[in-house]
Amino acid sequence: MTNDRRSGRLRVPEPSSRPGDPVEFGDLALSPAGAVARPDIDAPEPCLRDLPFLLIRTLDDAGNVVGGWLPDLADGDLIRALKAMVLTRAFDERMFKIQRQGKTSFYMKSRGEEALGAVPSLALRQGDMCFPTYRLVSWLMARDYPLEDLVNQIFSNAQDPLKGRQLPILYSARDYGFYSLSGNVGSRFGHAVGWAMAKAYRGIDDIAIGYIGEGTTAEGDFHEALTFASVYRAPVVLCVTNNQWAISTFSGIAGAQETTFAAKAIAYGIPGLRVDGNDVLAVWAATQWAAARARSGLGATLIEFFTYRAEGHSTSDDPGKYRPSDEASKWPLGDPVERLKQHLIALGEWDDSRHAALEESVAEAVRAAVKQGEAVGTLGQSKPSVKEMFEGVFKEPDWRVLEQRGEVGI
Amino acid sequence: MAVMNMIQALNSALDTMLARDPDVLIFGEDVGYFGGVFRVTDKLQEKHGLDRCFDAPIAEGGIVATAIGMGAEGLRPVVEIQFADYILPAYDQLVSEAARLRYRSNGEFTAPITVRSPYGGGIFGGQTHSQSPEAIFAHITGLKTVIPSTPYDAKGLLIAAIECDDPVIFLEPKRIYNGPFDGRHGQALTSWAQHPAAQVPEDHYSIALGKAAIVREGADVTVLAYGTMVHVALAGIADAGVDAELIDLRSIVPLDVDAIVASVKKTGRCVIVHEASRFGGFGGELSALVTERCFYHLKAPTQRVAGWDTPYPHAFEWDYFPGPDRVAKALAHVMEV
Ligand SMILES: Cc1ncc(C[n+]2csc(CCOP(=O)(O)OP(=O)(O)O)c2C)c(N)n1
Repeated sequence: MTNDRRSGRLRVPEPSSRPGDPVEFGDLALSPAGAVARPDIDAPEPCLRDLPFLLIRTLDDAGNVVGGWLPDLADGDLIRALKAMVLTRAFDERMFKIQRQGKTSFYMKSRGEEALGAVPSLALRQGDMCFPTYRLVSWLMARDYPLEDLVNQIFSNAQDPLKGRQLPILYSARDYGFYSLSGNVGSRFGHAVGWAMAKAYRGIDDIAIGYIGEGTTAEGDFHEALTFASVYRAPVVLCVTNNQWAISTFSGIAGAQETTFAAKAIAYGIPGLRVDGNDVLAVWAATQWAAARARSGLGATLIEFFTYRAEGHSTSDDPGKYRPSDEASKWPLGDPVERLKQHLIALGEWDDSRHAALEESVAEAVRAAVKQGEAVGTLGQSKPSVKEMFEGVFKEPDWRVLEQRGEVGI
Repeated sequence: MAVMNMIQALNSALDTMLARDPDVLIFGEDVGYFGGVFRVTDKLQEKHGLDRCFDAPIAEGGIVATAIGMGAEGLRPVVEIQFADYILPAYDQLVSEAARLRYRSNGEFTAPITVRSPYGGGIFGGQTHSQSPEAIFAHITGLKTVIPSTPYDAKGLLIAAIECDDPVIFLEPKRIYNGPFDGRHGQALTSWAQHPAAQVPEDHYSIALGKAAIVREGADVTVLAYGTMVHVALAGIADAGVDAELIDLRSIVPLDVDAIVASVKKTGRCVIVHEASRFGGFGGELSALVTERCFYHLKAPTQRVAGWDTPYPHAFEWDYFPGPDRVAKALAHVMEV
């Protein structure tokens, strides 16, 4: 054994800037708004292979709609999306503080990514199923999931719909089209494909939408799901939320310096779209395009939502340790809430005072939900009956659980 | 000598090995620039270079597969799986590949890799940040499984694991990274500073794998534990007021069966303590060994104190966690018989 350092040539990618450096994003390959043409949904996949290297954008810098990626919207849809996104942000802010006050163990915000749950939630149908990541509470917000139930789950209290069994924010809400979350990343991506195949098998035109972080595309789950989706032409929309960071790890460690995440679709023979995730209209149009393909039997689409994680990974994280503190504010594609607001104002459907009133009303709703949750009890002050710890392992408890329940006297 | 908590001791072990052996390198999720979510690899990239401690893609199977390839070539990779709960995507690589490479190639290829991973509960981490998966590794011949309970042991055992020519699963009890938690969760946290085993040499030393430590000598009952549960067992022994002999196994494969047998033959009673679920847990193996080898010395049936046979539930952290009260109850029970 020696202490000599050989002059190695193993390549390890590094991000363009670290704390203290001026912000440098490198080449983000941003297409101008409106520049990408919208193909017909039945266009053959080989004709779509340029799409993964472009960026679908519908809103220009002034908040006007440009180009062909136009969502098919019903009256009030955009206001509904705005409400869900503003509510998500207010809820996240409040619950993050609540964790800091020691009232629960853990929380994760989705700031900057609110469009990615809210918009597909509104664009898809009630019978469709979302296989979310932990950063998609906006899906539930868009479907008016009761805030009280979210708060009770976060407090693991006596009213927790998941009976205190699960970490905060790992919700499950079948009636709202929201599949059970787990702490493992990536492991439900294939479930979305299986669910979609079940719908095809039954001859029902409901579809599934699955999400995975860009960091997690490295897992086998991602590639396996794409293979099954492609082979069985599953009616599924598979989404990569590329928010540039996986905890402290930049997207280059998941391969972003070599190709785009949308381009992974090419190898599986399915269309890949690369979409500005901070542009509500582009997200809407892309979701509808992919959903229409799925529903009409044309198979799966991979969508990369290009966005930025504007906050720390979770309450356990300090992003100032690995990226410049002003990186979020320099993100060239702006903030999804601000951009939608600007668009609605440009349309004449919104103004600052209505926005202020919206912010006030969501703040009030969050306050009321938290008050209710605190009245039931925060983590440790209140919990479901200890009996619940032993329930639900199997449909019928076996002797082990029955004996062990006996040991704790219930 | 310096006073170190377990994180610092592990960091010191890695630092020592990187400095000593150019074939050692580290990778895993978030271990590079950031230094790991628990800070175990803090500053190692800065000190030893980008290609010696670097971030890995989020792919546990890929991390272990890559480590095996490097190890087969002759390097000594030390990889981190961010939480032991997330080691399962790598299970096939560990079981079908790392554990068998030497055997099936008649020693032509081997996998001298170390897989570090924080495990265990007591941190309100819910189902997927709390599990204790040691039994699923102990069951696999060809894998060694090591679990330290103090900073001193953590450094010496980790160095031994890295120097070991076979694959080692190195499970780090994250609840005691910063202090020797004894299961009394209502009380103020104690730091390692006052603990004698927080005195850690800054230089290289190693502790042979497969040598248990007698933490407390006693005449009436043998208590077998590892990791966090060593400290919990001590508290349970104090509560029960029995003259128990506490053995810290330190590694469950290789297992110091001689130390166990000698102690149980002396005391005639045995209580086994682990955090993992009881059914099919490593306690079952220990209990079988004790029965097979000490049957005629036993005065009472061996008892297991373990997690319940449910997933690890968030709200019920302390109902699930086998604390000192459950240890004391089992001790009282074997003493009554
Ligand atoms: C299988 C598995 N491995 C590792 C982890 C630890 N972990 C939790 S979140 C995370 C980063 C995920 O990043 P990304 O997929 O980009 O999603 P993002 O958090 O950015 O939305 C990691 C490594 C985990 N939860 N599950």
